[in-house]
Amino acid sequence: MADIIFESVERSFKQGGKEFLAVGGINLTVADREFVAIVGPSGCGKTTCMRMVAGLEMPTKGRITVAGKEVKGPGPDRAVVFQQFALFPWKTVYENIEFGLKSMNFSSTQRNEKIIPLIALMGLEGYEKAFPHQLSGGMQQRVAIARAYVLEPEVLLMDEPFGALDAQTRVVMQEELVRLARKNPKTVLFITHAVEEAVYLADRVVVMSRRPGLIRDVIDIKSVREKEGWDNHPRIEDVMDLSSFVHLRSHIWRLLREQNLGVDH
Amino acid sequence: MNHVDRLETSQLILLSGLGFTCFIGIWYGAVYFGWAPKIFLPMPHEVIIKIINLMNEPFSGYTLLMHVASSFQRYLYGFLLAIAIGVPLGLLMALSNFANKVITPIFDSVRFVAPIAWVPFAALWFGTGIGGPILIIFMGAFPPVLINTYRGAIQVDKKFIEAAKMLGAGKIRLMIEVLFPAAIPSIVAGLRISAGLGWQSLVGAELIVASSGVGYMMVKGQASIQTDIVMSGMIAIGLIGLFIDVLLRQAEKLAVNYREN
Repeated sequence: MADIIFESVERSFKQGGKEFLAVGGINLTVADREFVAIVGPSGCGKTTCMRMVAGLEMPTKGRITVAGKEVKGPGPDRAVVFQQFALFPWKTVYENIEFGLKSMNFSSTQRNEKIIPLIALMGLEGYEKAFPHQLSGGMQQRVAIARAYVLEPEVLLMDEPFGALDAQTRVVMQEELVRLARKNPKTVLFITHAVEEAVYLADRVVVMSRRPGLIRDVIDIKSVREKEGWDNHPRIEDVMDLSSFVHLRSHIWRLLREQNLGVDH
Repeated sequence: MNHVDRLETSQLILLSGLGFTCFIGIWYGAVYFGWAPKIFLPMPHEVIIKIINLMNEPFSGYTLLMHVASSFQRYLYGFLLAIAIGVPLGLLMALSNFANKVITPIFDSVRFVAPIAWVPFAALWFGTGIGGPILIIFMGAFPPVLINTYRGAIQVDKKFIEAAKMLGAGKIRLMIEVLFPAAIPSIVAGLRISAGLGWQSLVGAELIVASSGVGYMMVKGQASIQTDIVMSGMIAIGLIGLFIDVLLRQAEKLAVNYREN
């Protein structure tokens, strides 16, 4: 049971001597093998939320538990895919994917057995010995996802993983992630500012407001997706044409726009 | 370098030739017009002849190449020791604030002591053995290695450190597999500085605590008022220094390419 639970989580930062609240009182439960996307305007603290689950930042108040254990620091039970990939430029594709397995003390043969099928799954055959800079952005992100998946983590944290990709590559990666997530479901916390991406990928979408970052609303996508049979359409554009999709997307857009009006005017 | 006037390669050769000719001219002039007594300042061609002679005829027990080899061996030991201690220590200081706070005050108070100031202790501890010059070279070469490794390692993009931690890397792996490769360009730049400083310190050391080597040869030349030998030693020092620098400049270029990729 790898669930993620936020219990009254607050996070404040000091800026120019003054303290300001980036995340103010989040209560949220991401169920085991649930795919939750967090959307919100920039500066709403969504990335901070993910980083606290990763253990890269600590809550100022409250606590976060993953699979019942309080998060105290980073670790390979929660894999992270970063927006800027963060592949090690001095390591080959194979060595990048291998890095986490070495920490977990797998033998060289065991590592190889885990890496080879994943390289095939992610369409990286023939690039094992290439360095990240020799790959396109899309290929680099596949390596980053493979590097996370190879650890078979129960929890996957993704911080705008497709934000740095061009539109076409992005669509391909979104379709592939849906395929991966449906075939081999994990508990996923997915941070994005792209509403369509969130609706397409997630079981639930959390809409955050900013300053302080609070949960504005939680929208259930999964029940609609299953009822309307979204997964029968292999292409993202066909799903996005469905009226049920359009309706949810517009609903979330309105929620985001309302709070922007409230803040900016 | 950014100069206002840009030069063609042919102009460059012409100008450096001009500079060199002037230098030799003034040198000859100084001897010819008696600004310096001939016994204290040899003529350039005499020095060149002496260098050729020293290749075959031993002076103070060794030929010039043997003195050079002896110097170079000590230099290599001292320099490698500086790398072997400076790089891991610099990485450790970048990794652990605790280590940084413990080491920095000691390091900062020692590094302003000129390497040559260690000569008395070098002589007391090692006599004219190989240890003395190595200690002095080490004192010259160590600070830039440590400082550049540390600076290179603390400037490593945080995303790589975070990624490594999320992938379960412990401190040792973080040091060896992330901080070190990311800091290589900065480390190599530091090596170039420390190679120069180490070489300068070595010859200083050999003037006092050695029984062979280029510096030793020069002291013996001075003692017997053979200024052409002293000058031969200086030219050898200059040429080898230049050679080391050219070598490390190539390494630096490789390191910069490595970073850009």
